[in-house]
Amino acid sequence: MLLFIEQVLNGLQLGFMLFLLSAGLTLVFGVMNLINLAHGSFYMVGAYVAATVMQASDSFVLALLVALFTAGLCGFLVEVIVLRHLYKRDHLDQVLATFGLILFFNEGTRMIWGRQPLFMQVPELLSGSVEILPGIPYPVYRLVIIAIGLAVAIGLYLLINHTRLGMRIRAGASNRSMIAALGVNIRWLYSLVFALGALLAGFAGVMAAPVFAVESGMGESILILTFVVIVIGGIGSVKGALLGALLVGLVDTLGRAFLPDLLQMFISSGANSIAASLSSMGIYLLMAVILAFKPRGLFPA
Amino acid sequence: MTEVVLHTENLCKNYAGLAANTNVNLQLIKGEIHALIGPNGAGKSTAIAQLSGELSPSSGSVYFNGAEVTDKPVFDRATMGISRSFQVTSVFDEMTVLENLALAVQAHQGHSYFFWAAINKNRKLNQQACELASQFGLEQHQKLLAGALAHGEKRQLEVAMTLAGNPQVLLLDEPMAGIGPGGSKELTQLLDGLRGRYSILLVEHDMDAVFALADRISVLVYGEIIATGTVDEIRNNEKVQQAYLGHSEN
Repeated sequence: MLLFIEQVLNGLQLGFMLFLLSAGLTLVFGVMNLINLAHGSFYMVGAYVAATVMQASDSFVLALLVALFTAGLCGFLVEVIVLRHLYKRDHLDQVLATFGLILFFNEGTRMIWGRQPLFMQVPELLSGSVEILPGIPYPVYRLVIIAIGLAVAIGLYLLINHTRLGMRIRAGASNRSMIAALGVNIRWLYSLVFALGALLAGFAGVMAAPVFAVESGMGESILILTFVVIVIGGIGSVKGALLGALLVGLVDTLGRAFLPDLLQMFISSGANSIAASLSSMGIYLLMAVILAFKPRGLFPA
Repeated sequence: MTEVVLHTENLCKNYAGLAANTNVNLQLIKGEIHALIGPNGAGKSTAIAQLSGELSPSSGSVYFNGAEVTDKPVFDRATMGISRSFQVTSVFDEMTVLENLALAVQAHQGHSYFFWAAINKNRKLNQQACELASQFGLEQHQKLLAGALAHGEKRQLEVAMTLAGNPQVLLLDEPMAGIGPGGSKELTQLLDGLRGRYSILLVEHDMDAVFALADRISVLVYGEIIATGTVDEIRNNEKVQQAYLGHSEN
Protein backbone atom coordinates (compact mmCIF):
# COMPACT_ATOMS: atom_id res chain seq x y z
CA MET A 1 0.00 0.00 0.00
CA LEU A 2 2.78 2.39 0.97
CA LEU A 3 4.65 1.47 -2.16
CA PHE A 4 1.51 2.02 -4.15
CA ILE A 5 1.08 5.62 -2.93
CA GLU A 6 4.71 6.31 -3.66
CA GLN A 7 4.38 4.92 -7.17
CA VAL A 8 1.23 6.91 -7.80
CA LEU A 9 3.14 10.04 -6.87
CA ASN A 10 5.95 9.01 -9.19
CA GLY A 11 3.42 8.48 -11.92
CA LEU A 12 1.91 11.90 -11.34
CA GLN A 13 5.34 13.45 -11.43
CA LEU A 14 6.14 11.85 -14.79
CA GLY A 15 2.64 12.82 -15.92
CA PHE A 16 3.04 16.49 -15.11
CA MET A 17 6.42 16.61 -16.78
CA LEU A 18 4.89 15.07 -19.87
CA PHE A 19 2.14 17.65 -19.62
CA LEU A 20 4.63 20.54 -19.72
CA LEU A 21 6.06 19.02 -22.87
CA SER A 22 2.85 18.05 -24.57
CA ALA A 23 0.93 21.27 -23.90
CA GLY A 24 3.26 23.17 -26.21
CA LEU A 25 3.42 20.43 -28.81
CA THR A 26 -0.33 20.05 -29.01
CA LEU A 27 -0.88 23.82 -29.25
CA VAL A 28 1.64 24.10 -32.05
CA PHE A 29 -0.06 21.30 -33.92
CA GLY A 30 -3.53 22.64 -33.21
CA VAL A 31 -2.87 26.25 -34.09
CA MET A 32 -0.25 25.99 -36.83
CA ASN A 33 -0.93 22.47 -38.09
CA LEU A 34 2.77 21.83 -37.76
CA ILE A 35 4.39 18.56 -36.75
CA ASN A 36 7.43 19.48 -34.75
CA LEU A 37 9.79 16.62 -34.01
CA ALA A 38 12.31 19.07 -32.58
CA HIS A 39 10.10 19.87 -29.58
CA GLY A 40 12.30 17.64 -27.41
CA SER A 41 15.27 19.80 -28.30
CA PHE A 42 13.86 22.70 -26.30
CA TYR A 43 13.52 20.32 -23.36
CA MET A 44 17.18 19.46 -23.78
CA VAL A 45 18.18 23.13 -24.10
CA GLY A 46 16.29 23.90 -20.89
CA ALA A 47 18.06 21.10 -19.04
CA TYR A 48 21.55 21.97 -20.31
CA VAL A 49 21.24 25.68 -19.64
CA ALA A 50 19.79 25.11 -16.17
CA ALA A 51 22.54 22.65 -15.24
CA THR A 52 25.23 25.04 -16.48
CA VAL A 53 23.88 28.14 -14.78
CA MET A 54 23.27 26.18 -11.59
CA GLN A 55 26.90 25.02 -11.56
CA ALA A 56 28.20 28.50 -12.19
CA SER A 57 25.97 30.49 -9.89
CA ASP A 58 24.60 28.00 -7.40
CA SER A 59 21.24 29.68 -7.72
CA PHE A 60 18.34 27.53 -8.77
CA VAL A 61 16.05 30.47 -9.37
CA LEU A 62 18.57 32.10 -11.70
CA ALA A 63 19.13 28.77 -13.46
CA LEU A 64 15.39 28.38 -13.94
CA LEU A 65 14.90 31.89 -15.31
CA VAL A 66 17.85 31.77 -17.69
CA ALA A 67 16.81 28.32 -18.93
CA LEU A 68 13.22 29.38 -19.54
CA PHE A 69 14.35 32.48 -21.39
CA THR A 70 16.84 30.56 -23.52
CA ALA A 71 14.37 27.83 -24.42
CA GLY A 72 11.73 30.41 -25.33
CA LEU A 73 14.21 32.39 -27.38
CA CYS A 74 15.39 29.24 -29.20
CA GLY A 75 11.77 28.47 -29.99
CA PHE A 76 11.16 31.97 -31.28
CA LEU A 77 14.24 31.92 -33.51
CA VAL A 78 13.49 28.44 -34.86
CA GLU A 79 9.96 29.57 -35.73
CA VAL A 80 11.07 32.73 -37.48
CA ILE A 81 14.06 31.26 -39.30
CA VAL A 82 12.87 27.77 -40.23
CA LEU A 83 9.33 26.74 -39.41
CA ARG A 84 7.50 29.82 -40.67
CA HIS A 85 8.28 28.66 -44.18
CA LEU A 86 6.84 25.20 -43.61
CA TYR A 87 3.24 25.84 -42.51
CA LYS A 88 1.86 25.48 -45.98
CA ARG A 89 4.01 22.48 -46.77
CA ASP A 90 3.25 18.83 -46.48
CA HIS A 91 3.52 17.17 -43.07
CA LEU A 92 6.29 15.00 -44.47
CA ASP A 93 8.35 18.09 -45.30
CA GLN A 94 7.82 19.33 -41.77
CA VAL A 95 8.92 16.00 -40.33
CA LEU A 96 12.08 16.06 -42.44
CA ALA A 97 12.94 19.65 -41.57
CA THR A 98 12.31 19.27 -37.86
CA PHE A 99 14.24 16.00 -37.82
CA GLY A 100 17.09 18.04 -39.24
CA LEU A 101 16.67 20.46 -36.35
CA ILE A 102 17.03 17.56 -33.89
CA LEU A 103 20.38 16.64 -35.42
CA PHE A 104 21.39 20.29 -35.36
CA PHE A 105 20.51 20.75 -31.69
CA ASN A 106 22.05 17.44 -30.59
CA GLU A 107 25.29 18.18 -32.39
CA GLY A 108 25.20 21.75 -31.10
CA THR A 109 24.98 20.63 -27.48
CA ARG A 110 27.84 18.17 -28.08
CA MET A 111 29.96 20.98 -29.48
CA ILE A 112 29.22 23.29 -26.57
CA TRP A 113 29.06 20.88 -23.64
CA GLY A 114 30.92 17.82 -24.88
CA ARG A 115 29.82 14.18 -24.81
CA GLN A 116 29.83 13.70 -21.07
CA PRO A 117 26.43 13.97 -19.47
CA LEU A 118 25.96 16.81 -16.99
CA PHE A 119 24.46 16.33 -13.58
CA MET A 120 22.51 18.92 -11.74
CA GLN A 121 22.20 19.09 -7.99
CA VAL A 122 18.76 19.33 -6.52
CA PRO A 123 18.63 22.81 -4.97
CA GLU A 124 19.34 22.59 -1.27
CA LEU A 125 16.03 24.03 -0.24
CA LEU A 126 14.20 21.27 -2.09
CA SER A 127 16.63 18.45 -1.49
CA GLY A 128 15.17 16.81 1.61
CA SER A 129 12.20 14.56 1.88
CA VAL A 130 8.95 14.86 3.75
CA GLU A 131 6.71 12.24 5.23
CA ILE A 132 3.60 12.39 3.11
CA LEU A 133 2.00 9.76 5.31
CA PRO A 134 3.47 8.39 8.49
CA GLY A 135 6.33 6.16 7.45
CA ILE A 136 6.45 7.23 3.81
CA PRO A 137 9.17 9.73 3.11
CA TYR A 138 9.02 11.28 -0.33
CA PRO A 139 11.54 13.64 -1.97
CA VAL A 140 10.44 17.27 -1.75
CA TYR A 141 11.76 18.00 -5.21
CA ARG A 142 9.43 15.47 -6.80
CA LEU A 143 6.49 16.95 -4.96
CA VAL A 144 7.53 20.37 -6.25
CA ILE A 145 7.46 19.05 -9.80
CA ILE A 146 3.89 17.91 -9.25
CA ALA A 147 2.94 21.27 -7.74
CA ILE A 148 4.53 23.21 -10.58
CA GLY A 149 2.83 21.03 -13.15
CA LEU A 150 -0.50 21.75 -11.48
CA ALA A 151 0.25 25.47 -11.34
CA VAL A 152 1.18 25.56 -15.03
CA ALA A 153 -1.96 23.66 -15.91
CA ILE A 154 -4.08 26.22 -14.06
CA GLY A 155 -2.11 29.10 -15.55
CA LEU A 156 -2.56 27.75 -19.07
CA TYR A 157 -6.26 27.25 -18.44
CA LEU A 158 -6.62 30.89 -17.40
CA LEU A 159 -4.49 32.11 -20.30
CA ILE A 160 -6.39 30.15 -22.90
CA ASN A 161 -9.89 30.69 -21.61
CA HIS A 162 -9.80 34.17 -20.16
CA THR A 163 -7.39 36.37 -22.06
CA ARG A 164 -7.30 38.05 -25.44
CA LEU A 165 -4.31 35.99 -26.46
CA GLY A 166 -6.08 32.83 -25.37
CA MET A 167 -9.15 33.77 -27.36
CA ARG A 168 -6.97 34.10 -30.43
CA ILE A 169 -5.23 30.81 -29.73
CA ARG A 170 -8.58 29.02 -29.42
CA ALA A 171 -9.85 30.70 -32.55
CA GLY A 172 -6.65 29.88 -34.39
CA ALA A 173 -6.86 26.25 -33.40
CA SER A 174 -10.40 26.06 -34.72
CA ASN A 175 -9.96 28.01 -37.97
CA ARG A 176 -6.68 29.47 -39.13
CA SER A 177 -7.77 31.24 -42.27
CA MET A 178 -10.68 32.93 -40.55
CA ILE A 179 -8.64 34.64 -37.83
CA ALA A 180 -6.21 35.95 -40.42
CA ALA A 181 -9.16 37.22 -42.44
CA LEU A 182 -10.43 39.00 -39.36
CA GLY A 183 -7.16 40.89 -39.17
CA VAL A 184 -5.29 39.00 -36.46
CA ASN A 185 -1.58 39.11 -37.18
CA ILE A 186 -1.05 35.38 -37.37
CA ARG A 187 2.70 35.60 -37.91
CA TRP A 188 3.04 37.22 -34.51
CA LEU A 189 0.52 34.84 -32.97
CA TYR A 190 2.37 31.80 -34.36
CA SER A 191 5.73 33.04 -33.09
CA LEU A 192 4.26 33.68 -29.68
CA VAL A 193 2.54 30.29 -29.42
CA PHE A 194 5.65 28.52 -30.59
CA ALA A 195 7.89 30.38 -28.15
CA LEU A 196 5.43 29.61 -25.36
CA GLY A 197 5.49 25.92 -26.26
CA ALA A 198 9.30 25.91 -26.33
CA LEU A 199 9.40 27.69 -22.98
CA LEU A 200 7.15 25.04 -21.41
CA ALA A 201 9.32 22.29 -22.89
CA GLY A 202 12.35 24.07 -21.44
CA PHE A 203 10.56 24.17 -18.09
CA ALA A 204 10.13 20.42 -18.23
CA GLY A 205 13.83 20.16 -19.04
CA VAL A 206 14.78 22.18 -15.95
CA MET A 207 12.56 20.02 -13.78
CA ALA A 208 14.04 16.87 -15.27
CA ALA A 209 17.67 17.95 -15.02
CA PRO A 210 18.21 16.91 -11.39
CA VAL A 211 16.27 13.67 -11.88
CA PHE A 212 17.73 12.34 -15.14
CA ALA A 213 21.14 12.73 -16.74
CA VAL A 214 21.45 15.81 -18.90
CA GLU A 215 22.80 14.54 -22.19
CA SER A 216 22.64 15.08 -25.88
CA GLY A 217 19.64 13.28 -27.34
CA MET A 218 17.69 13.27 -24.08
CA GLY A 219 14.81 14.98 -25.88
CA GLU A 220 14.05 12.13 -28.23
CA SER A 221 13.19 9.39 -25.77
CA ILE A 222 10.69 11.62 -24.02
CA LEU A 223 9.38 13.01 -27.30
CA ILE A 224 7.90 9.63 -28.18
CA LEU A 225 5.97 9.59 -24.92
CA THR A 226 4.90 13.15 -25.61
CA PHE A 227 3.47 12.20 -28.98
CA VAL A 228 1.63 9.29 -27.37
CA VAL A 229 0.18 11.80 -24.89
CA ILE A 230 -1.13 14.23 -27.49
CA VAL A 231 -2.57 11.46 -29.62
CA ILE A 232 -4.40 10.05 -26.60
CA GLY A 233 -5.55 13.47 -25.46
CA GLY A 234 -6.72 14.65 -28.85
CA ILE A 235 -4.39 16.69 -31.00
CA GLY A 236 -4.75 20.40 -30.32
CA SER A 237 -6.43 20.09 -26.94
CA VAL A 238 -4.58 21.29 -23.86
CA LYS A 239 -7.17 19.68 -21.63
CA GLY A 240 -6.56 16.43 -23.48
CA ALA A 241 -2.83 16.86 -23.05
CA LEU A 242 -3.27 17.16 -19.29
CA LEU A 243 -5.43 14.07 -18.98
CA GLY A 244 -3.35 12.12 -21.49
CA ALA A 245 -0.12 13.02 -19.73
CA LEU A 246 -1.41 11.92 -16.34
CA LEU A 247 -2.77 8.67 -17.80
CA VAL A 248 0.49 7.88 -19.56
CA GLY A 249 2.54 8.82 -16.51
CA LEU A 250 0.48 6.63 -14.21
CA VAL A 251 0.11 3.65 -16.55
CA ASP A 252 3.81 3.64 -17.36
CA THR A 253 5.00 3.98 -13.77
CA LEU A 254 2.48 1.65 -12.16
CA GLY A 255 2.90 -0.92 -14.91
CA ARG A 256 6.64 -1.05 -14.39
CA ALA A 257 6.27 -1.22 -10.62
CA PHE A 258 3.51 -3.76 -10.19
CA LEU A 259 3.18 -5.91 -13.31
CA PRO A 260 6.03 -8.26 -12.32
CA ASP A 261 4.43 -9.10 -8.97
CA LEU A 262 1.01 -9.32 -10.48
CA LEU A 263 2.14 -11.74 -13.17
CA GLN A 264 4.07 -13.86 -10.71
CA MET A 265 0.80 -14.75 -9.07
CA PHE A 266 -0.34 -16.43 -12.28
CA ILE A 267 2.78 -17.68 -14.01
CA SER A 268 5.62 -19.27 -12.20
CA SER A 269 8.48 -19.09 -14.65
CA GLY A 270 9.54 -16.18 -16.79
CA ALA A 271 7.04 -13.81 -15.22
CA ASN A 272 9.67 -11.12 -14.80
CA SER A 273 10.76 -10.93 -18.38
CA ILE A 274 7.20 -11.05 -19.67
CA ALA A 275 6.23 -8.33 -17.23
CA ALA A 276 9.14 -6.18 -18.33
CA SER A 277 8.15 -6.31 -21.95
CA LEU A 278 4.46 -5.92 -21.13
CA SER A 279 5.02 -2.87 -18.99
CA SER A 280 7.05 -1.12 -21.65
CA MET A 281 4.18 -1.82 -24.01
CA GLY A 282 1.67 -0.50 -21.50
CA ILE A 283 1.25 3.02 -22.81
CA TYR A 284 0.97 1.84 -26.40
CA LEU A 285 -1.72 -0.63 -25.39
CA LEU A 286 -3.44 2.24 -23.61
CA MET A 287 -3.20 4.34 -26.75
CA ALA A 288 -4.54 1.53 -28.93
CA VAL A 289 -7.52 0.93 -26.62
CA ILE A 290 -8.37 4.63 -26.39
CA LEU A 291 -8.08 5.15 -30.14
CA ALA A 292 -10.26 2.12 -30.76
CA PHE A 293 -13.10 3.84 -28.89
CA LYS A 294 -12.22 7.45 -29.57
CA PRO A 295 -10.30 7.61 -32.83
CA ARG A 296 -9.60 11.34 -32.47
CA GLY A 297 -8.45 11.17 -28.87
CA LEU A 298 -10.20 11.93 -25.60
CA PHE A 299 -10.88 15.59 -26.37
CA PRO A 300 -10.88 16.05 -30.13
CA ALA A 301 -10.20 19.72 -30.78
CA MET B 1 -18.58 59.70 -60.57
CA THR B 2 -17.05 56.31 -60.17
CA GLU B 3 -14.38 55.76 -57.62
CA VAL B 4 -12.53 52.45 -57.80
CA VAL B 5 -11.80 50.93 -54.39
CA LEU B 6 -10.18 47.68 -55.36
CA HIS B 7 -8.77 46.70 -58.70
CA THR B 8 -6.42 44.18 -60.22
CA GLU B 9 -4.03 44.41 -63.11
CA ASN B 10 -3.36 41.30 -65.18
CA LEU B 11 -3.66 39.00 -62.22
CA CYS B 12 -2.44 35.48 -63.02
CA LYS B 13 -2.16 32.36 -60.94
CA ASN B 14 -0.55 29.14 -62.10
CA TYR B 15 -0.62 25.88 -60.21
CA ALA B 16 2.19 23.66 -61.37
CA GLY B 17 2.00 24.99 -64.89
CA LEU B 18 -1.79 25.00 -65.02
CA ALA B 19 -3.31 28.44 -65.28
CA ALA B 20 -6.04 29.00 -62.69
CA ASN B 21 -6.35 32.66 -63.58
CA THR B 22 -5.14 34.54 -66.62
CA ASN B 23 -4.92 38.31 -66.81
CA VAL B 24 -7.81 39.05 -64.53
CA ASN B 25 -8.63 42.75 -64.61
CA LEU B 26 -11.35 43.49 -62.15
CA GLN B 27 -12.59 46.82 -60.85
CA LEU B 28 -14.70 47.15 -57.75
CA ILE B 29 -16.42 50.52 -57.67
CA LYS B 30 -17.14 52.20 -54.38
CA GLY B 31 -20.54 51.25 -53.03
CA GLU B 32 -21.44 48.71 -55.67
CA ILE B 33 -22.38 45.09 -55.33
CA HIS B 34 -20.33 43.38 -57.97
CA ALA B 35 -21.08 39.74 -58.64
CA LEU B 36 -18.40 37.43 -59.94
CA ILE B 37 -19.97 34.41 -61.59
CA GLY B 38 -18.73 31.52 -63.63
CA PRO B 39 -18.92 27.75 -63.87
CA ASN B 40 -17.26 25.56 -61.24
CA GLY B 41 -13.51 25.63 -61.51
CA ALA B 42 -13.50 28.94 -63.37
CA GLY B 43 -11.15 30.44 -60.81
CA LYS B 44 -13.57 32.48 -58.69
CA SER B 45 -12.23 31.28 -55.38
CA THR B 46 -8.69 31.77 -56.63
CA ALA B 47 -9.55 35.34 -57.52
CA ILE B 48 -11.01 36.01 -54.06
CA ALA B 49 -7.99 34.44 -52.40
CA GLN B 50 -5.69 36.69 -54.40
CA LEU B 51 -7.73 39.77 -53.54
CA SER B 52 -7.78 38.94 -49.84
CA GLY B 53 -4.12 37.98 -49.75
CA GLU B 54 -4.26 34.25 -49.03
CA LEU B 55 -2.71 33.46 -52.38
CA SER B 56 0.01 35.54 -53.87
CA PRO B 57 -0.42 35.91 -57.62
CA SER B 58 2.08 34.38 -60.03
CA SER B 59 2.10 37.75 -61.75
CA GLY B 60 0.04 40.90 -61.81
CA SER B 61 -0.97 43.26 -59.05
CA VAL B 62 -3.77 44.17 -56.66
CA TYR B 63 -4.54 47.78 -55.73
CA PHE B 64 -6.59 49.04 -52.83
CA ASN B 65 -7.60 52.70 -52.98
CA GLY B 66 -4.89 53.20 -55.56
CA ALA B 67 -2.09 51.76 -53.42
CA GLU B 68 -0.52 48.44 -54.32
CA VAL B 69 -1.21 45.68 -51.79
CA THR B 70 -0.04 42.68 -53.83
CA ASP B 71 2.55 41.64 -51.25
CA LYS B 72 0.55 42.41 -48.13
CA PRO B 73 -0.48 39.39 -46.03
CA VAL B 74 -4.12 38.63 -45.27
CA PHE B 75 -4.22 40.22 -41.82
CA ASP B 76 -2.68 43.48 -43.06
CA ARG B 77 -5.28 43.75 -45.79
CA ALA B 78 -7.99 42.92 -43.29
CA THR B 79 -6.94 45.73 -40.98
CA MET B 80 -6.71 48.08 -43.97
CA GLY B 81 -10.35 47.38 -44.73
CA ILE B 82 -10.60 44.35 -47.01
CA SER B 83 -12.77 41.78 -45.30
CA ARG B 84 -13.80 38.39 -46.58
CA SER B 85 -16.10 35.49 -45.82
CA PHE B 86 -15.52 31.88 -46.75
CA GLN B 87 -17.33 29.33 -48.84
CA VAL B 88 -17.42 26.99 -45.86
CA THR B 89 -19.00 28.84 -42.96
CA SER B 90 -16.14 29.95 -40.78
CA VAL B 91 -17.30 30.83 -37.34
CA PHE B 92 -15.59 29.51 -34.25
CA ASP B 93 -17.90 26.70 -33.18
CA GLU B 94 -16.47 26.23 -29.70
CA MET B 95 -16.91 29.87 -28.76
CA THR B 96 -20.14 31.67 -27.94
CA VAL B 97 -21.76 34.04 -30.41
CA LEU B 98 -20.66 36.97 -28.28
CA GLU B 99 -17.09 35.69 -28.07
CA ASN B 100 -16.99 35.28 -31.83
CA LEU B 101 -18.05 38.87 -32.27
CA ALA B 102 -15.72 40.18 -29.56
CA LEU B 103 -12.84 38.40 -31.26
CA ALA B 104 -13.72 40.01 -34.56
CA VAL B 105 -13.92 43.43 -32.92
CA GLN B 106 -10.65 43.16 -31.05
CA ALA B 107 -8.78 41.63 -33.97
CA HIS B 108 -8.74 45.07 -35.52
CA GLN B 109 -7.26 46.69 -32.48
CA GLY B 110 -3.91 45.09 -33.22
CA HIS B 111 -1.59 42.99 -31.10
CA SER B 112 -0.06 45.95 -29.32
CA TYR B 113 -3.08 45.83 -27.04
CA PHE B 114 -2.60 44.12 -23.72
CA PHE B 115 -3.05 40.63 -25.02
CA TRP B 116 -3.04 39.15 -21.56
CA ALA B 117 -5.91 41.38 -20.50
CA ALA B 118 -8.98 39.50 -19.35
CA ILE B 119 -11.62 39.49 -22.04
CA ASN B 120 -14.79 39.39 -20.02
CA LYS B 121 -13.91 42.51 -18.08
CA ASN B 122 -13.66 44.71 -21.11
CA ARG B 123 -16.98 46.49 -21.14
CA LYS B 124 -16.45 48.42 -24.33
CA LEU B 125 -15.52 45.30 -26.24
CA ASN B 126 -18.57 43.49 -24.92
CA GLN B 127 -20.79 46.41 -25.76
CA GLN B 128 -19.58 46.53 -29.35
CA ALA B 129 -20.10 42.80 -29.64
CA CYS B 130 -23.66 43.10 -28.27
CA GLU B 131 -24.46 45.89 -30.70
CA LEU B 132 -23.33 43.73 -33.59
CA ALA B 133 -25.39 40.84 -32.30
CA SER B 134 -28.59 42.84 -32.19
CA GLN B 135 -27.85 44.50 -35.51
CA PHE B 136 -27.76 41.09 -37.14
CA GLY B 137 -30.69 39.57 -35.30
CA LEU B 138 -28.59 37.37 -33.06
CA GLU B 139 -29.38 38.96 -29.70
CA GLN B 140 -31.31 35.97 -28.36
CA HIS B 141 -28.40 33.68 -29.20
CA GLN B 142 -25.56 35.71 -27.67
CA LYS B 143 -24.69 33.13 -25.03
CA LEU B 144 -25.07 30.12 -27.30
CA LEU B 145 -22.07 28.33 -28.71
CA ALA B 146 -21.74 29.26 -32.35
CA GLY B 147 -21.67 25.57 -33.20
CA ALA B 148 -25.26 25.25 -31.92
CA LEU B 149 -26.66 27.82 -34.37
CA ALA B 150 -28.68 26.86 -37.42
CA HIS B 151 -26.78 27.13 -40.65
CA GLY B 152 -28.45 30.34 -41.77
CA GLU B 153 -27.77 31.94 -38.40
CA LYS B 154 -24.13 30.95 -38.66
CA ARG B 155 -24.00 32.75 -41.96
CA GLN B 156 -25.51 35.81 -40.32
CA LEU B 157 -22.93 35.61 -37.56
CA GLU B 158 -20.17 35.29 -40.12
CA VAL B 159 -21.35 38.37 -41.98
CA ALA B 160 -21.53 40.25 -38.68
CA MET B 161 -17.94 39.21 -37.91
CA THR B 162 -16.79 40.28 -41.35
CA LEU B 163 -18.29 43.69 -40.73
CA ALA B 164 -16.98 44.09 -37.18
CA GLY B 165 -13.86 45.96 -38.24
CA ASN B 166 -15.79 48.45 -40.38
CA PRO B 167 -14.23 47.36 -43.64
CA GLN B 168 -14.58 49.22 -46.94
CA VAL B 169 -14.57 46.12 -49.08
CA LEU B 170 -16.38 42.84 -48.55
CA LEU B 171 -15.35 39.76 -50.47
CA LEU B 172 -18.10 37.20 -50.09
CA ASP B 173 -17.36 33.68 -51.30
CA GLU B 174 -20.69 31.93 -52.02
CA PRO B 175 -22.57 33.16 -48.95
CA MET B 176 -25.76 31.39 -50.09
CA ALA B 177 -24.12 27.97 -50.32
CA GLY B 178 -26.08 25.34 -48.43
CA ILE B 179 -28.56 27.52 -46.54
CA GLY B 180 -31.72 26.60 -48.45
CA PRO B 181 -34.18 28.84 -50.29
CA GLY B 182 -35.64 30.48 -47.17
CA GLY B 183 -32.25 31.30 -45.75
CA SER B 184 -30.95 32.65 -49.00
CA LYS B 185 -33.92 35.00 -49.26
CA GLU B 186 -33.15 36.34 -45.80
CA LEU B 187 -29.49 36.69 -46.54
CA THR B 188 -30.24 38.44 -49.82
CA GLN B 189 -32.26 41.00 -47.88
CA LEU B 190 -29.49 41.39 -45.37
CA LEU B 191 -26.90 41.98 -48.10
CA ASP B 192 -29.25 44.33 -49.91
CA GLY B 193 -29.37 46.38 -46.72
CA LEU B 194 -25.59 46.77 -46.87
CA ARG B 195 -25.74 48.27 -50.35
CA GLY B 196 -23.95 51.58 -50.62
CA ARG B 197 -22.24 51.30 -47.24
CA TYR B 198 -19.70 48.79 -48.40
CA SER B 199 -18.23 47.82 -51.72
CA ILE B 200 -19.08 44.17 -52.15
CA LEU B 201 -17.61 41.54 -54.43
CA LEU B 202 -20.01 38.63 -54.41
CA VAL B 203 -19.07 35.22 -55.73
CA GLU B 204 -22.30 33.28 -56.01
CA HIS B 205 -23.92 30.36 -57.79
CA ASP B 206 -27.45 31.26 -56.76
CA MET B 207 -28.57 33.21 -59.83
CA ASP B 208 -31.71 34.58 -58.16
CA ALA B 209 -29.54 36.20 -55.54
CA VAL B 210 -27.07 37.45 -58.12
CA PHE B 211 -29.72 39.05 -60.30
CA ALA B 212 -31.46 40.53 -57.27
CA LEU B 213 -28.35 42.03 -55.78
CA ALA B 214 -25.74 42.83 -58.38
CA ASP B 215 -25.18 46.29 -59.74
CA ARG B 216 -22.65 44.83 -62.10
CA ILE B 217 -21.60 41.32 -62.99
CA SER B 218 -18.30 39.93 -64.20
CA VAL B 219 -18.20 36.51 -65.80
CA LEU B 220 -15.16 34.34 -65.26
CA VAL B 221 -14.64 31.33 -67.52
CA TYR B 222 -11.50 29.20 -67.54
CA GLY B 223 -9.67 31.82 -65.50
CA GLU B 224 -10.49 34.71 -67.81
CA ILE B 225 -13.06 37.43 -67.48
CA ILE B 226 -15.12 37.25 -70.64
CA ALA B 227 -17.58 40.04 -69.85
CA THR B 228 -18.39 42.73 -67.31
CA GLY B 229 -21.58 44.74 -67.28
CA THR B 230 -24.98 45.39 -65.77
CA VAL B 231 -27.41 42.55 -65.18
CA ASP B 232 -29.17 43.15 -68.48
CA GLU B 233 -25.98 43.48 -70.43
CA ILE B 234 -24.75 40.17 -69.07
CA ARG B 235 -28.09 38.47 -69.64
CA ASN B 236 -28.02 39.48 -73.28
CA ASN B 237 -24.36 38.84 -73.86
CA GLU B 238 -23.98 36.05 -76.36
CA LYS B 239 -20.58 34.95 -75.22
CA VAL B 240 -21.87 34.59 -71.69
CA GLN B 241 -24.96 32.69 -72.76
CA GLN B 242 -22.81 30.27 -74.67
CA ALA B 243 -20.13 29.82 -72.09
CA TYR B 244 -22.10 29.85 -68.94
CA LEU B 245 -25.82 30.37 -68.75
CA GLY B 246 -26.30 27.82 -71.50
CA HIS B 247 -25.27 25.02 -69.25
CA SER B 248 -25.74 26.49 -65.85
CA GLU B 249 -25.63 24.06 -63.00
CA ASN B 250 -27.77 25.62 -60.37
